[in-house]
Amino acid sequence: MRTHQQQAGAKPAARFGTVVVAAFLGLTSCGGGQSSPPASAHFPVTITESNGTTVTVTHQPRHIVSLSPTGTEMLFAIGAGSQVIAVDDQSNYPATAPRTRLSGFQPNIEAIAAYQPDLVVASDDVGGIVRGMQALNIPILIEAAAKTLDDSYLQLKQLGTATGHPAEADVVVARMRADIDSFVRSVSKPARQLRIYHELDNTYYSVTSATFIGQVYRLLGLSNIADAAQGAAPDYPQLSAEYIVAANPDLIVLADTKCCQQDLNSVAARPGWAVIKAVKSGQVVGVDDDIASRWGPRVIDFMKAVAPHVQQLEKAA
Amino acid sequence: MLGVKRRASPLVLSGLPSLPWIWGAAGLLAVVASAGIGVLVGPVHISPGAVLQALVGGAADPGQANILWSLRFPRVALGLLVGGMLAVAGAAYQGVFRNPLADPYLLGAAAGANLGATLAISVAPGTSVIGVNVVPLAAFAGAAAAVGGAYLLGRTVTGLRSNTGLILAGVAIAAFFNSIQEFVQQSQTSSIREVYSWILGRLVTAGWDGVFLVLPYVVLSAGVIFLHRRLLDALMIGEDETTSLGISVQRVRLIVVVAATLGTAAVVAVGGTIAFVGIIVPHTVRLLVGRSYRVVIPLSLLFGAAFLVLADTVARTIVAPAEVPIGVITAFVGAPFFIIVMRSTRAAAL
Repeated sequence: MRTHQQQAGAKPAARFGTVVVAAFLGLTSCGGGQSSPPASAHFPVTITESNGTTVTVTHQPRHIVSLSPTGTEMLFAIGAGSQVIAVDDQSNYPATAPRTRLSGFQPNIEAIAAYQPDLVVASDDVGGIVRGMQALNIPILIEAAAKTLDDSYLQLKQLGTATGHPAEADVVVARMRADIDSFVRSVSKPARQLRIYHELDNTYYSVTSATFIGQVYRLLGLSNIADAAQGAAPDYPQLSAEYIVAANPDLIVLADTKCCQQDLNSVAARPGWAVIKAVKSGQVVGVDDDIASRWGPRVIDFMKAVAPHVQQLEKAA
Repeated sequence: MLGVKRRASPLVLSGLPSLPWIWGAAGLLAVVASAGIGVLVGPVHISPGAVLQALVGGAADPGQANILWSLRFPRVALGLLVGGMLAVAGAAYQGVFRNPLADPYLLGAAAGANLGATLAISVAPGTSVIGVNVVPLAAFAGAAAAVGGAYLLGRTVTGLRSNTGLILAGVAIAAFFNSIQEFVQQSQTSSIREVYSWILGRLVTAGWDGVFLVLPYVVLSAGVIFLHRRLLDALMIGEDETTSLGISVQRVRLIVVVAATLGTAAVVAVGGTIAFVGIIVPHTVRLLVGRSYRVVIPLSLLFGAAFLVLADTVARTIVAPAEVPIGVITAFVGAPFFIIVMRSTRAAAL
């Protein structure tokens, strides 16, 4: 079956606001970084979130419910997978995660409570879930969409502390840092900055450098053509075809290969697009929609897909 | 309501009203001017000389020619067709239903098109059927199905004797289709961005495909409505009076509604459900020129085309290089403009 995500809200006006928050779950930056976890890894442990709320986990959680696909990936990466009893319907990685019909967009408090969790991980406080969990005395961690890689590392460490795997979390973070550093070092900065267009869907929504994925491109030394539209939408502007053609990107990354079946051929077939440098030189990369929209350890896979093309372009430049 | 108005205006008494040539010329001028603006404005600066060169086929810069012919010209052409069609369809619906609040989406065309597009985008967004993208096809089918359903429902319930029955049937069908569309939309958030963008309306063409797809329907539909403009005038005096003139009200209503719906469904399928054009433009024409459909129909076509191209130009430039959905611009710009016109001229005529 295809990837589904669910959306909260009923009225059109409220729905739009919720669409921007909820549907861009993997991409919106809802807050700054989270604070550092305490040094002690023994329970009980108290975690302070970025908005000041403290969450106390009294014992090592054995029934974790994850309502965030990125949260699920992080939990399994740090070795807490065996403690996870239920994940939401969008958490399709890893395949062994116990997927249920719970929704992270329209959480049903009762359905979550039916699993009798001792820790809930979510990426947004939608549907009053935080208040609901607090009323039931269930600790809930909100790990919002990361804006930077440091945010992502902090989240991993926080989850490590909360689940009793602080050492493993540190290992994962260190490995991510090392891999990313090696990718960044492998791409030299050419004389002319290469231009990139990251496509979210076939109506030309893109990402700016103020997003997680945008930051990855900036680390690789690329210039994002969507940054010119930051005045209109700081994170996810909708560009016009004419602007994209005029901006003439050297590299196009398609994050709509799964949702909208886009690839080099379909992009080249768009009227007026055949003259774009990236299309002419075949530098149109398709990446897994999920990998490009999450901020977990699989950002390495994303860089693996993109970096070789950057290297090719730099050799040719 | 457009019923029998005993207060006579000079336009009605002195012979058959006809389109004042000066307004016709103004309409044509508006179309040409807005098309010119639409073609000259964009993220890439192209001089008027280069545009003219490209038009006659001798463009110096192939990159600019590519942008003009692949992107700007088709978009302006589509804007003219969509805007003109929506305005004419709005005027036709207002004439048939003798209701100033009637718009082309009255019988559920928008709800049906939204549902068709939502289903197509959710299930198979990139696919094509017989060479045409499946989304416009599904939207067209949805709009046609909704209006057809409203017609059948209205006939079953009231026997189509009255307008009210048909309008109520349209409202019921629209509500039903809307509910299904909302359900599908909220359950498929991976495509929600695209669905929402489609509903708000965007003049995006795959080159000239959208234009050629829409052109025959617009020509046919606008043509039929144009030919019935005198009958719409006759309808204005009241159903019983019209019947006593020997005109079959039901037949006229059926033909005009079918024609207007066909055209609306076609332009909505390609451009999304752009709101306000079908109400603002005909009413503005009525307030400025006259209420006879001999005047309103042709001028709505011309000024509707110009209005939408200008709105699209604003949508493309106001947050450049990003774009605002055109439905936002038409609603935002249209409403205050309409209020101004309403206050300044012939407000009592409404």
